[in-house]
Amino acid sequence: MNEVDLNETSVRDFNGQLHALDDQSNALAWRALNPAGRHCLAVGLDAPCEVTIAGHAGYYCAGMNSQATVVVEGNAGVGCAENMMSGHVHVKGDVSQSAGATAHGGLLVVDGNASARCGISMKGIDIVVKGSIGPMSAFMAQAGRLVVLGDAGDALGDSIYEAQIFVRGDVKGLGADCVEKVMRDEHALALRELLKAANVDDSISPEEFRRFGSARSLYNFHVDNAGAY
Amino acid sequence: MKSGDIPRTVPRQSATFDPYTMSEIRRAAATGIYDIRGGGAKRSVPHFDDLLFLGASISRYPLEGYREKCATNVTLGTRFASKPIELDIPITIAGMSFGSLSAQAKEALGRGATIAGTSTTTGDGGMTPEERGHSKKLVYQYLPSRYGMNPADLRKADAIEVVVGQGAKPGGGGMLLGQKISDRVAEMRTLPKGIDQRSACRHPDWTGPDDLEIKIQELREITGWEKPIFIKIGATRPYYDVALAVKSGADVVVLDGMQGGTAATQDVFIEHVGIPILSAIRPAVQSLQDLGMHRKVQLVVSGGIRNGADVAKALAMGADAVSIGTAALVALGDNDPKYEKEYQELGSTAGAYDDWHEGQDPAGITTQNPDLSARLDPIAAGRRLANYLAVLTLEAQTIARACGKSHVRNLEPEDLVALTVEAAAMARVPLAGTSWIPGATTY
Repeated sequence: MNEVDLNETSVRDFNGQLHALDDQSNALAWRALNPAGRHCLAVGLDAPCEVTIAGHAGYYCAGMNSQATVVVEGNAGVGCAENMMSGHVHVKGDVSQSAGATAHGGLLVVDGNASARCGISMKGIDIVVKGSIGPMSAFMAQAGRLVVLGDAGDALGDSIYEAQIFVRGDVKGLGADCVEKVMRDEHALALRELLKAANVDDSISPEEFRRFGSARSLYNFHVDNAGAY
Repeated sequence: MKSGDIPRTVPRQSATFDPYTMSEIRRAAATGIYDIRGGGAKRSVPHFDDLLFLGASISRYPLEGYREKCATNVTLGTRFASKPIELDIPITIAGMSFGSLSAQAKEALGRGATIAGTSTTTGDGGMTPEERGHSKKLVYQYLPSRYGMNPADLRKADAIEVVVGQGAKPGGGGMLLGQKISDRVAEMRTLPKGIDQRSACRHPDWTGPDDLEIKIQELREITGWEKPIFIKIGATRPYYDVALAVKSGADVVVLDGMQGGTAATQDVFIEHVGIPILSAIRPAVQSLQDLGMHRKVQLVVSGGIRNGADVAKALAMGADAVSIGTAALVALGDNDPKYEKEYQELGSTAGAYDDWHEGQDPAGITTQNPDLSARLDPIAAGRRLANYLAVLTLEAQTIARACGKSHVRNLEPEDLVALTVEAAAMARVPLAGTSWIPGATTY
């Protein structure tokens, strides 16, 4: 285990050490002490390393992650795991706005709540939020899955494309072109696997969730739909 | 007098309801949809044509046209980036996406720019291997949609351009209609084939200059603080927007006037939102000067650059470089009269064709139709672009030498006068034959 004290090591040097790693590196386990909400921690990683942020992280923690596992032992700021390509990001506290924004792959697990725009423009990532999510989440979500064990805020899935949303609690309101869909066996089976990957308590069953997705009525512009935009 | 003998007035068309306006009303009434088109503002606005150079005489010495050196190189990104972009000429190729343009057109832009010693720029939709391969210097656009955005391509780029807006549609997002979404374009953008793609107008994970500063830090961290970070803005409030771009940490500000083209958006947006580039340059330069950042943060301007005189005038007003988009497409072969018959079949005519969003471009440039795009030979078209860039450079040098400058960037506002009161006020140079700069001095 490599320990880095961010009171003594700059974010630039910390990220630089992580960027120097590859799958042949000997020391793939790292722990960053005293993060104190610093921005841009563990961004752009591209090695199968395991990085623990021992406290709160600022904006864009684990942004554009590939391969790496990043654990935040606190809260994370705006854009956590934004544009992640692969790997695993686990936030033990809450996350701010735009968590998992535009991400293409990997798994983001939030033990607490996520603020507005969670999964905005997501392009293939799986996001599991064990608490609730804020408004405008999954806005223009293109692909991937957003799973919420708690409640979802207003305008969920506005202008959604092919992403899937699963909500266990209440949904305050759906955005344009987002509709509730039938939860078929294949969806429940896939959701069960995803919940397992996210270490969700076994007592929570896929059958407790409702599924949402695109009505696909706004895929091609038609003037009669102008009021929906 | 008999009624038949009374002289009749000739039929008079309304200046307000002119034939184009009335045709648009009829089109709107028939369809219920606003008009979408490509390109930039077509209306007449004050432009570089309204400026003249004074040239040297007794008070200033000219340089010999063919013998004395007049340099044209420019370095972009000297503020923070450890690897600034070195260009041979102060003319870059603006961002245009694969998707809006054919793969052949993107390749031709890369080839032409590389021959000329300058950079080209990706667009909404990501970086293609062909584009990277044929562009010696490639600027990677970072857009709200983040279509195709990935850290591997980010690291392959020579610079990163955070697109906040563009001159044709400041405050608007992108638009790529379903008929241009081929299998490849759809795959790159992670969307189903054939659906309309309306890119967001705001970035998904930052709002305002304080956030943008952190976003730029993230981009720099991921790319090792090597690459220049450009911020592109549509010309609206250039003094304040440039100041905020500098505050956010930009190495380079790209300022695009309303004549700058787009692949597609509403005509009403193109013609009625944003300001002409002529009116935007001086406030932008003033902003940099007030911050002590002129020449430290480079300014690239675009929107209606057509010839070397336009280049020279933009530089004289304080820009470090210019960028061309529409003119580059014309150099490749866009709107070529040799396709007149086909333009007419599409309800247009050579020189006016702007239905770039429909993907039926006879010149094979703004299309994903394989039969049409195969018409464009990327090697020959790249050569034409290189030739055109050479002419722009020679013309700018010609003017600079006439003004006694050994480098084109040494051109200055004092070399300019304006032909109209409007241009004098916007460019902040005197009306020709006077010392009057409207808004700055009294007559």
